[in-house]
Amino acid sequence: MSIHNSMLPLTDPVLVSAGTRVPRPGATLARRLVRRLPTVIAAVVLLFFILAAIAPYLLAPDDPLAINPAAAFSPPGPGHLLGTDESGRDIYSRIIHGARPSLLIGAAATAAGLGLALVLGIAAGFGGRWLDFGIGRILEVLFALPGLLLALVFIALAGPGVGTTVLAVALTTAPGYARVIRGQIIALRASPMVEAATVLGRSRWRILTAHILPNALAPVAVLATLGLGQAVLWAASLSFLGLGSPPPAPEWGTMLSAGRTYLSLAWWMTFFPGLAIVILAGSATVLSRSMKAASSQ
Amino acid sequence: MSPSATTSTRQGGALKASLRWLLSTLAGGIFVLWAVATAIFFGIRMIPGDPAAAIMGGPGSQASAEALEAARIEYGLDQPLFVQYFGQLRRLAVGDLGTSYSLKSPVSEVLAEIVPSTLVLAGLALVVAWLMALLLAVLSTRISVVGSAVEIISAAVPHFWLASVLIMIFSTALGWFPPVSTNTPGGLVLPVVTLALPLAGFLGQVMRDSLEKAQHSAFALSARARGESEIGVLLRHSLRHAALPGIALSGWALGSLLSGAVVVESIFARPGLGRALLSAVTARDIPLVTGVALVSAGAYVLIMAVSDLAERLVDPRIGEP
Repeated sequence: MSIHNSMLPLTDPVLVSAGTRVPRPGATLARRLVRRLPTVIAAVVLLFFILAAIAPYLLAPDDPLAINPAAAFSPPGPGHLLGTDESGRDIYSRIIHGARPSLLIGAAATAAGLGLALVLGIAAGFGGRWLDFGIGRILEVLFALPGLLLALVFIALAGPGVGTTVLAVALTTAPGYARVIRGQIIALRASPMVEAATVLGRSRWRILTAHILPNALAPVAVLATLGLGQAVLWAASLSFLGLGSPPPAPEWGTMLSAGRTYLSLAWWMTFFPGLAIVILAGSATVLSRSMKAASSQ
Repeated sequence: MSPSATTSTRQGGALKASLRWLLSTLAGGIFVLWAVATAIFFGIRMIPGDPAAAIMGGPGSQASAEALEAARIEYGLDQPLFVQYFGQLRRLAVGDLGTSYSLKSPVSEVLAEIVPSTLVLAGLALVVAWLMALLLAVLSTRISVVGSAVEIISAAVPHFWLASVLIMIFSTALGWFPPVSTNTPGGLVLPVVTLALPLAGFLGQVMRDSLEKAQHSAFALSARARGESEIGVLLRHSLRHAALPGIALSGWALGSLLSGAVVVESIFARPGLGRALLSAVTARDIPLVTGVALVSAGAYVLIMAVSDLAERLVDPRIGEP
């Protein structure tokens, strides 16, 4: 691995898809409104999921754990909007009630991953050549076991469980974020603002806390929004593989792994929880793109 | 100085630079493999409890006293930590990956059996993804909405859901392809498409950006001035520029394929690296986990070196001082 590769500012296209293009000039008001529409929809969807996580009984009054064997495997219809599972539990209620554990796992993993990435990124971007080199090597190793591979190796060592899932997802997503943050800090260090502060004799610590960190916050907010969707998605992948929270809980990944057994019999058991994840991750991506575009203008 | 002397010095410099590249790439690769092996070695010993039990399937394992004793001897657990560590490194250096606890056979034999299957799957998916990405890139320079939609979908659709939906439609409802993967052409379609689609979305979006840049460049303009048709400009001049960032992303693409292979091989019941890793993790078969991790990391190191070399060949400006 040559230095050249590790110096690339960004190699993860998921992060690139957070949006780098500037809207074309000359757009009329109507066109601008149409352009904003995806952002508005994405924000509404995210608010809906957050509401479901805070007050699930508001959106789904039925008990997500209520068993009704007579109604097992009911297809989507008037009685059960999205069908029922193998014990006759209502899929819609379970998706709404599953928002809280799924979002909590996602938020915890994003916070842990971003926290780790901030420490690594700031140390690499601000700590001098040798620290940058050392952290670059660590990231290189983490990149060599991408995505689920790193998460699985971590689970093999630490044993399965919700806490392990959170840490595994954090570890999987942190290297990409660390690279973005490092790039951001190096760009800020070269800015006239920091140059002026250096000339004025400000200490390195003051330059970091007063000038660099506040300006690095906007990109971190973009990463956090994008990361929430990605973390929910990774955690669900682990649950789907049977390494997540235990079965009776209405968590999206667990519902998916239960539905997997009945894929040919009851497609709705897998389709709808998966769709919830796709909609959440898609909305997070759209919103983070808009935030990035807004902050770079 | 005569012209020939200048040429030979330049060649000498180029040779030196190539040698330096080769050495640093080799050193970097060995470092990554060493770090992976070391992290797993110390990771398993940092967990409280008997490391022999951890190697033999974790706290809940039903490993017999003899199996535990065999693990203690094989891994030299009664010896000082550093003796164990260097012993492990020495064995890994000569290619001895130990014995799989769950499969009761040498890890290297297990790997030799499953790696070709994953190679076929990932290789086909990569080819399909590249073709789809080029098509997407060309399409989305015409219709920009296509590009944005594909970007968001490929970032938001997980492999397991895509595979499930494809099985529902093409196996259960239409019955075109089997839901269980075999090495027949029909049995490969769904797994390959599942792996290729998200990758194609990402590659396509990166290719689109450089394709757009190339379409507005001076050489495209001059080609048009010479009377070249729009399609001619695209095929003969711009498309090769779109391929460059695709090459740079090869390491990332391999990662996406291997990570996706865990899900795809498991859902389509196809033998391979990903499925072996998953069952090794469930059984907490640390020797097999180490083997799969080293093979994947090795593949990543190799691909990064090859793509770096390819970039240098395509664009000689890279690597110049």
